[in-house]
Amino acid sequence: MPGTAPEGGFALELRDVAKSFGSVAALRSGSLAVAPGSIHALVGENGAGKSTLVKIVAGVHRRDSGVFRLHGTDVDFGSTADSKASGVAVIYQEPTLFPDLSVTENIFMGRQPLGTGRRIDRAAMYAEAERLFAGLGVHIDPRRPARGLSIADQQIIEIAKAISLDASVLIMDEPTAALSGVEVERLFAVARSLRDENRALVFISHRFDEVFDLCDTVTVMRDGAYISTQSIADTTVDQLVAQMVGREVTDLFPKTPAEIGDVVLDVEGLSSAGLFRDVSFQVRAGEIVGLAGLVGAGRSEIARAVFGVDRYDAGRVRMHGSDVPAHRPRAAIRAGMAFVPEDRRKQGLVIDESVSRNVAGVIRRGLSKAGFLTSGAENRAAGPWAGRLEVKTSSLDMHATTMSGGNQQKVVLAKWLATEPKLLIIDEPTRGIDVGTKAEVHRLLSELAGQGLAILMISSELPEVLGMADRVLVVCEGRITADIARDDATPENVMRAATASIQHSPSQPVDAEVTA
Amino acid sequence: MSQLDIAASAQPRLQRALVGLAKSREITVAAVLVVIIALTTFKSDGFLFSSDGWRNLLVSPALLMILAVGQAVVIITRNVDLSVGSTLGLTAYLTGKVFIQWPDLPVPLVFVIGLAFGALLGLVNGVLIAFGRVPAIVITLGTLYVYRGIFLSWAGSDRVNASDFPSSFNELGTKAILTIPVVTIIALVVMGLVGYYLYTARSGREFYAIGSDEDAAKLYGLPVTRRVLLAFVLSGALAGLAGVVYAARYGTVSSGAGLGIELQAVGAAVIGGVAIAGGVGTVWGATIGAVLLITINRALPVWGISDFWQQAVVGALILGAITLDRLYSRRQERLLIAARDLAHAAPTKVGTAS
Repeated sequence: MPGTAPEGGFALELRDVAKSFGSVAALRSGSLAVAPGSIHALVGENGAGKSTLVKIVAGVHRRDSGVFRLHGTDVDFGSTADSKASGVAVIYQEPTLFPDLSVTENIFMGRQPLGTGRRIDRAAMYAEAERLFAGLGVHIDPRRPARGLSIADQQIIEIAKAISLDASVLIMDEPTAALSGVEVERLFAVARSLRDENRALVFISHRFDEVFDLCDTVTVMRDGAYISTQSIADTTVDQLVAQMVGREVTDLFPKTPAEIGDVVLDVEGLSSAGLFRDVSFQVRAGEIVGLAGLVGAGRSEIARAVFGVDRYDAGRVRMHGSDVPAHRPRAAIRAGMAFVPEDRRKQGLVIDESVSRNVAGVIRRGLSKAGFLTSGAENRAAGPWAGRLEVKTSSLDMHATTMSGGNQQKVVLAKWLATEPKLLIIDEPTRGIDVGTKAEVHRLLSELAGQGLAILMISSELPEVLGMADRVLVVCEGRITADIARDDATPENVMRAATASIQHSPSQPVDAEVTA
Repeated sequence: MSQLDIAASAQPRLQRALVGLAKSREITVAAVLVVIIALTTFKSDGFLFSSDGWRNLLVSPALLMILAVGQAVVIITRNVDLSVGSTLGLTAYLTGKVFIQWPDLPVPLVFVIGLAFGALLGLVNGVLIAFGRVPAIVITLGTLYVYRGIFLSWAGSDRVNASDFPSSFNELGTKAILTIPVVTIIALVVMGLVGYYLYTARSGREFYAIGSDEDAAKLYGLPVTRRVLLAFVLSGALAGLAGVVYAARYGTVSSGAGLGIELQAVGAAVIGGVAIAGGVGTVWGATIGAVLLITINRALPVWGISDFWQQAVVGALILGAITLDRLYSRRQERLLIAARDLAHAAPTKVGTAS
């Protein structure tokens, strides 16, 4: 368990906290103990349970079991207002401000200074905001609206809010993900001064250099459970990575060797402002290319741009050597692309429609006779595909909404395979699917690759990427930071590429200007 | 000059200009109103410079002004109240029935009854929306028909006439203080009170916060459900007040009273700069919007423009206002993305510095 209590006790203490959503255990046994005057790092892979833990502390979720203490007192928050009143402030990765209101109102909403007759004293409010900003060493016009502020400045607003609340526990959930170097420095300076005021800070980050630079203690989580707590001085990056990944890559993912053919998809210099930059890669026939990286690194955005759902600013996409026009999914389908999105229910299925109608949806044009579409024709087209993928439905008329996640995924797959694609882009193929069905989806993908289909697979599950992909492309902050062949790929080197960020890549032209 | 410097200097300046534009929305609408009145008066000076013209200019928008204030509060919380027309009609008829039953009732008490009855109907909306988690547009569309249906089955082809009201009540609809009609004064007082509340009270500001980002408001720990409920109660109460004023002004109430006025109220709020997406706007803007809407409709015949075009002009006004809002938010959005991209482009070197 995480360390012995310091003199005066922990500011924040969680022990064996569990939380389930339905049948999914998001947090099995989370523990975290933070001393006042300390900056405590919380690290772990995607889905390790960090965010759930934070949300319990913030009062967004209520824990199912376990101990939760603030300054030695047992607490149980039913709402975010409760946690705020107890001196807990949470700064989320994407700050949650009111875009239409002034930054000052964002700080003081609900507790504005009042003048005579319980009227809001705006002059006092602005003065107080100025004072807070001066203390933080930033120049933000207290009257400007929050809309249009950089993420860094939004975080400063959140921190100002926390200070004005006199929060004794501050949790920062990946605050540096969208910040530039200068902004990170500024944030760290603020964090250190808050620590020196004897507040307890929790810092969640995927960047180890930052963890080692800023924090004094680190807690590792994996698979919804506590793993270890160590002093930063006593650990190394390698030790942390080993503790974070820690699980075996099993044979659950039986990618059979397939003959790698010609280049099917060729992406060159794809860029989109604020999302990803200069992305180039190829996918060959029979090859499964895994796009690995942390949530929010820009993987899905890249896939959506390639398929033409979203626009991109520069670069080009080619299929079999000929250009695919940008921002036109139908042209992409004609060129032989298929796209199974991350959120099946929202983007992949007409959830209230029958299986056959879903499968036949994309090829409707080819099926209709004189503009009319008959159920018979739909069933005839859907039948073979549903059969091949072993969609377990009582009939093709069954509604998609009543099926399991695995079967829904198969219906989406069947729908796209009916277009006879050359390239399949699949985003998080096994999210929300139980373990048994996962293997089935993997076997299916492997089989399809064996038949010469080129597959671009986005996955946040490291074992899945390592087990399935012939080649792993690691995306970090909108850039491809590593291209690792199957045999060389290990959890450690993929994780490193996903976290070590872009400082190892050739410096960008703007670097000189900014640092100068 | 580095890219960051460019961003730092260009961004606030552009934004300040844009913010200025948004803030001056009420002024813009007021200016358009003045121009229209001036031009129309130039064409026919009776439009303003006659006792009738002056009175009509002030008295015609009064009902819509009251409704627009309530509607603005609801829209600011990112909802909409389509039932106000039916509430107005039902309350107006109730007012008549109350006077027929108790002819000697003091007039102020009847206003209280109207407000309370409207608030009750608004509460029904609010409860269904806040607790049923159904979009306001659906709920209030439903209650629009339900309230109107109740009105129809209660009134039938019956109507309340001016002779059913005490003369002191009827006089309210015609009386003026310093040439300003009493009903207009009522509307202005409503605007002043609600506007003052929204601007100066903590809970008033929370309406804006909720409309700006409801999820953020929940994370912030604001009483979202209570505020949304309050917005609908207020909107209903004001529609009830408008119903009493309707009875006082027109003297007759038939089952068609207030038919379709809810959309005019939404239009007035939108024209006056209340963003349909919530979080932005003032009741003073909505009120000016109401005056503009009514005044244009009265000015067009002076210019010899047919009834058909009157509707189209109102539509064009609404579309123009929404286009303006959209352009404004699009430009801000683009600025945000540009700023983020710059943040990305900058180096992420943090290494050994401490």
